[in-house]
Amino acid sequence: MNLTMLLDMAIDGFSDRVVIGRREGGITAARLGEMSAAGAAAIRESGADSVVYLAVNGPAFPVAMFAAARAGVPLVPVNYRLGAEQLESLLANHPRAIGIADEAQVPILERAGLTVLTPAQWLARASEPVAAVPDAEETEAPAVVIYTSGTTSAPKGVLLRHDNLTSYVFGSVEFASAEPTDAALISVPPYHIAAVANAITSLYSGRRTLVLERFTPAQWLQLAREEDISNALVVPTMLARIVDADGDKALPSLRSLAYGGAPMPTSVIEKALRMWPEVGFVNAYGLTETSSTVAVLGPEDHRAALASSEPAVRARLGSVGRVVPGVDLEIRDANDAAVGPGVTGTICVRGEQVSAEYAGIGRAVDDRGFFNTRDQGFVDEDGYLYIGGRMDDTIIRGAENIAPAEIEDVILRHPAVLDTAVVGVPDEEWGQRIEAAVVVRPGMVLDPEELRAHVRNVLRGSKTPERIVYWDELPRTETGKLVRRHVLDRIVADDVAV
Amino acid sequence: MILKVGQSLASTTDSTALIVVRAPTGDVALTCGGADMVVGKAGLGDGSGIDDAHRGGTLLGKRYVDDEAGLEVLCTKAGDGSLAVAGRPLEVKQAKPLPSSD
Repeated sequence: MNLTMLLDMAIDGFSDRVVIGRREGGITAARLGEMSAAGAAAIRESGADSVVYLAVNGPAFPVAMFAAARAGVPLVPVNYRLGAEQLESLLANHPRAIGIADEAQVPILERAGLTVLTPAQWLARASEPVAAVPDAEETEAPAVVIYTSGTTSAPKGVLLRHDNLTSYVFGSVEFASAEPTDAALISVPPYHIAAVANAITSLYSGRRTLVLERFTPAQWLQLAREEDISNALVVPTMLARIVDADGDKALPSLRSLAYGGAPMPTSVIEKALRMWPEVGFVNAYGLTETSSTVAVLGPEDHRAALASSEPAVRARLGSVGRVVPGVDLEIRDANDAAVGPGVTGTICVRGEQVSAEYAGIGRAVDDRGFFNTRDQGFVDEDGYLYIGGRMDDTIIRGAENIAPAEIEDVILRHPAVLDTAVVGVPDEEWGQRIEAAVVVRPGMVLDPEELRAHVRNVLRGSKTPERIVYWDELPRTETGKLVRRHVLDRIVADDVAV
Repeated sequence: MILKVGQSLASTTDSTALIVVRAPTGDVALTCGGADMVVGKAGLGDGSGIDDAHRGGTLLGKRYVDDEAGLEVLCTKAGDGSLAVAGRPLEVKQAKPLPSSD
């Protein structure tokens, strides 16, 4: 089933509702249909086999997504922050693409042999009149190709099929369920699965979306107030900056604030919950490979956890909630056997929305259709899922497997610590030894020995970092995901320098 | 008819179209307006052929279920006929919506 069917349903259901952009002058569902048809015609005329989108988020993005779907070619949103070398090797996979790129990125696409339009040119082209809105092409091509961020290995192209994305929508969103006045503020970049999923689910629910192209806390707050934003989607680093921002933080129309993409420090979410008691907070866990969300911690879970004195309930602020309908989840041990509640292992999922398919590699699922996320975690007695970090991040010190997340959690509890990353550094004696990079809160002083003692009090000696270095900031992607290999490179370089 | 998840079905009596969200394992007779549905993306009827006993109508975006058969469909185009499986009217599924997560 083609994504275009969702757009056609939106046109049937609420054609005159503004679904993209500002209340005044935004794009209605009917208009999006016409623009997707004109855009699809442009794609077909160019003979392109894909649409590479190398620009910031904005109205051009959903128009490109539905035009590509109607033309039966994949949309390939690409990270505009990649270095030239990475970008060139990625573009080499799409030699017959048409490109939509911000001015500064046009030359690199042209060098790769692509026809390129800026977002403004693309929107102008998609605004040209079309005789009729043709049916979508039946296609075997994926709907969207998203490259993994490459935090642990070289980027891989994840193929999201029309069936994966429509299954996700049908499984988790009720058609036309949004109020006509609802509006969502999106501040994730277009190459992130959450932005792709949001463009589709918002349209299907009838919720207008508005994009903040370049995030600053002040602009986010201002736009949220100006446009009476009811729903917002942020990554944890953004929420941390918003709650710490100066000035007026009242958001009278905000009802739902969703976050995900990286672990949320408990101190940040607690502060946010107290700051906006009327807002429903939603934590989502998912991967590109799973077409976004597979587990959700809802507003009531958040409120109950904040109010509870019971440690198990309180701990749920650190959980990603329960698995969504249509997805099966198993925790498995090192022998690939499913384990029960409370036991940490690898998170495996299956379901129609799970693509688990990589360009040039195929589907990475087992005989029973399960995809190994390579994330570690456990499920508690009540079905709440807790994420414990990436399998690939596991530090093996002596023969002991140590999850960096466990140590990071303890370090973050120290009031003077703003951010931290723990890595395993190659060591002749232990195989790996534990070292930590720490960002201290501005204006505070922290003796590394005091911090080591703080960790040792909670964990034990073998899990206490042997060395702690202080940095101004950690290498994170724009969406807040820690780039561990950069932490390791820099820590090792520091070691040599010392 | 053997149904499969993701399949598009069209009414022969009105404009109703559906997609299959949950499919029974066995053969089922799914009707709209009293006549068997067929594979297709747009309803083929003008409403004149609807059996009066099957005139409740279908609503865009609603899910319809029959728990006995293990069938769930989603209405992608509305019509004037109503849905039934083995003669039993399908029921509108009461949604328990998930909080919006993206």
